[in-house]
Amino acid sequence: MVRFILSKLLYLVPTFLGITIIAFSFVRILPGDPVLLMAGERGVTPERHAELSAQLGYDKPVVMQYFDFLGRLMHGDFGNSLVTKKPVLTEFMALFPATVELGLCAIIIATLIGVPVGVLAAIKRGSWFDQISMTTALVGFSMPIFWWGLLLIIFFSGILGWTPVSGRISLLYFFPNVTGFMLIDSLLSGQKGAFTSALSHLILPSVVLATIPLAVIARQTRSAMLEVMGEDYVRTARAKGMPPSRVIGVHALRNAMIPVITTIGLQIGVLMAGAILTETIFSWPGIGKWMIDSIARRDYPVVQSGLLLIAALVMVVNLLVDLTYGLINPRIRNK
Amino acid sequence: MKKLLVFASALAMSAAMAEAKTFVYCSEASPEGFDPAPYTAGGTFDASAHPVFNRLTEFKKGTTEVEPSLAESWDVSADGTEYTFHLRKGVKWQSNEKFTPTRDFNADDVIFSYERQGKADHPWHQYIPGITYEYYTSMAMPELIKSIDKIDDYTVKFTLNQPEAPFLANIAMPFASIISKEYADVLEAAGTKEDMNNLPIGTGPFKFVAYQKDAVIRYQKNPDYWGTAPIVDDLVFAITPDAAVRLQKLKAGECHLMPYPAPADIEAIKADPNLKLDEQAGLNVGYLAYNTTVAPFDNPAVRKALNMAINKQAIVDAVFQGAALPAKNPIPPTMWSYNDAIQDDPYDPEAAKKMLEEAGVAGLSMKIWAMPVQRPYMPNARRTAELMQEDLSKVGVNAEIVSYEWGEYLAKSMEPGRDGAVILGWTGDNGDPDNFLSVLLSCDSAGEGGANRAFWCNEDFSKLLKEAKTTADPATRTSLYEQAQVIFKDQAPWYTIAHSTQYVPMSNKVSGFVMSPLGDFTFDTVDIAE
Repeated sequence: MVRFILSKLLYLVPTFLGITIIAFSFVRILPGDPVLLMAGERGVTPERHAELSAQLGYDKPVVMQYFDFLGRLMHGDFGNSLVTKKPVLTEFMALFPATVELGLCAIIIATLIGVPVGVLAAIKRGSWFDQISMTTALVGFSMPIFWWGLLLIIFFSGILGWTPVSGRISLLYFFPNVTGFMLIDSLLSGQKGAFTSALSHLILPSVVLATIPLAVIARQTRSAMLEVMGEDYVRTARAKGMPPSRVIGVHALRNAMIPVITTIGLQIGVLMAGAILTETIFSWPGIGKWMIDSIARRDYPVVQSGLLLIAALVMVVNLLVDLTYGLINPRIRNK
Repeated sequence: MKKLLVFASALAMSAAMAEAKTFVYCSEASPEGFDPAPYTAGGTFDASAHPVFNRLTEFKKGTTEVEPSLAESWDVSADGTEYTFHLRKGVKWQSNEKFTPTRDFNADDVIFSYERQGKADHPWHQYIPGITYEYYTSMAMPELIKSIDKIDDYTVKFTLNQPEAPFLANIAMPFASIISKEYADVLEAAGTKEDMNNLPIGTGPFKFVAYQKDAVIRYQKNPDYWGTAPIVDDLVFAITPDAAVRLQKLKAGECHLMPYPAPADIEAIKADPNLKLDEQAGLNVGYLAYNTTVAPFDNPAVRKALNMAINKQAIVDAVFQGAALPAKNPIPPTMWSYNDAIQDDPYDPEAAKKMLEEAGVAGLSMKIWAMPVQRPYMPNARRTAELMQEDLSKVGVNAEIVSYEWGEYLAKSMEPGRDGAVILGWTGDNGDPDNFLSVLLSCDSAGEGGANRAFWCNEDFSKLLKEAKTTADPATRTSLYEQAQVIFKDQAPWYTIAHSTQYVPMSNKVSGFVMSPLGDFTFDTVDIAE
């Protein structure tokens, strides 16, 4: 098992280096530079442009800039935002809990609904339940998040008035940031109604963010279950007269879960992409919204280090998923 | 222990907030920081300069007229190069956990606030590495200000290198906000200089309380405010970047007022019985700038003919959905010295065709540059360009539409010898005509780093502007700018498109909000009905 973990960790090094190159070049490939955007309609003289570029460190050759960036990374320095002038890591850490809270909620919703729906659709293959749920999943998967979010806001917040429109908690509540997780902080604050308010603010954005992963998980669970249910050992278990709940719950589901767990792990990347739009619609102060703003302003340090941090996160989650298979399936860890 | 204290005070505050009058503003963007000097975005000034700070002079609410603020009065020397400001006494600085002021506002604060921007060797010039003072630089303050001297604690003298009529309006702009020297000293001693940008201390109507990045900014009424105290007790900015979501929040009662509604939502807002809509002609202009250095656009007759070929009203109706005034002058009608006697070139394709023939222009092909972004003066440049293209084809001009990424667009459109006419615009900074005419159309701004995208250099026009800039008398200045507008119309370096209307939707419960022609959002006079 130790060798298995070590080999997985070794893979991370070249992947991480590759990501630094992509993150660094991505924002520089985009046309437009931060000094021009800052000056706007007013314009900037070439001297002032050179002066500002030098101050920002963008007068050096690109390769030098990359090695500077890498060198600072080695010391744990992710650079400072061009706009707020604050360390990128500080800003990331301040906004990260909001994204994690939203992402966790979304993945829980997606898993808790997606897996049972998938299992049921597989068992009742061809039934109306199967047809309806899988069609709905297809629609959910193809849903443009921006439009879907706005639609839910207009219906549930605008027309019905059941949920708040946006934000993380009602503005009436004001308490210090302890963990950064609003659900926990609102409980810690001891203020009456704070937790309920935070929870009600979380519902719509997490449903929106959960939509695509939910559809993927449901479909993946269904096909994995169908495959497993056709296996010899399941037929044998049935033939032995085992109760159907045990056949499905123990023999089929456990084996079908391996591809499903992979899918759930891969959804973390999808969630990060979805968070960018979801956070923008729901004014959710997380890293997705932060990245969008920074790309628009060509805030190079934020975009490159932000991408890097997000990619590192996805990598770590995928590593954990790999390790989880090792636990579930001994054949994998011994390979 | 410190955390506990913060916690206790937050608890006390939230309990108090439930009873106090709280005004919620759904702002459109996160502030870049809370020190107004290094930034240029309006959303940043709404969160810093306007609620928390004051300036020596300020714009009278709802106008672009300059009135006394921290300077109670001033004297200008006969040659217009010396401004002596008499400062207001008894103005209290705000306090926070880190700072309790021991003295009132005085001349040291004024000198500190300007010198830290202007002097590269000032210890506070780079109090955050990489910080720059873009407005101070672009308003040409470094070239203009020769010296700032303290006469006594309540008298400061600014000496200028040359007379500058818009000076009093320039220093009413957000970048010239006065910050506390004593606070700076305290932060320096504590080794936390960057808090000048995080925890602002000012003399304004509201005290900064807390900012949760990208989410909420909280302010409290300043109990020691020297002016008329705000009516609401607490002011909250709920940062909501999407216009459709802002409107939903407003409808749901989650905020009281919002900026920048989507043009398509205006009708629905007007129809909503719980909302009201303030509107005002914006201090802006959208234009199409020809490259007047390239043939045949160097011929005023050709430019005029093209101007007559384009149907302006159609653009106002289709692109602005009626929410704009067709523009005939380069400055908006809300600005003093606007020359209303000028007649716009009529929309007359037949006459245009004839004029082009007379100028010997046949089978003309040109490019129209359409900006990739929406700006306050131009909701949809692509659509505008398409309408122009269609109109021009009717007079035999073949127009091709081009576009670039925004930063590229701004840079490429200033390249000499540029191919094509550029759609762009301007929003006024300080209500002075010089801020439009000199910046956008003078000979000085036609070169590199300027913003004269017609590259139009008319000696007579520029001479009038120079004269107006160095004349103190408003009546003389008005007459000079009126003459300049006549030359502009005659020479037609631009096709003037429109002055867009600004809308501010708010709850019916809100009273006392005054729209600013400069696009500022201030809340010291607002009230909410229970």
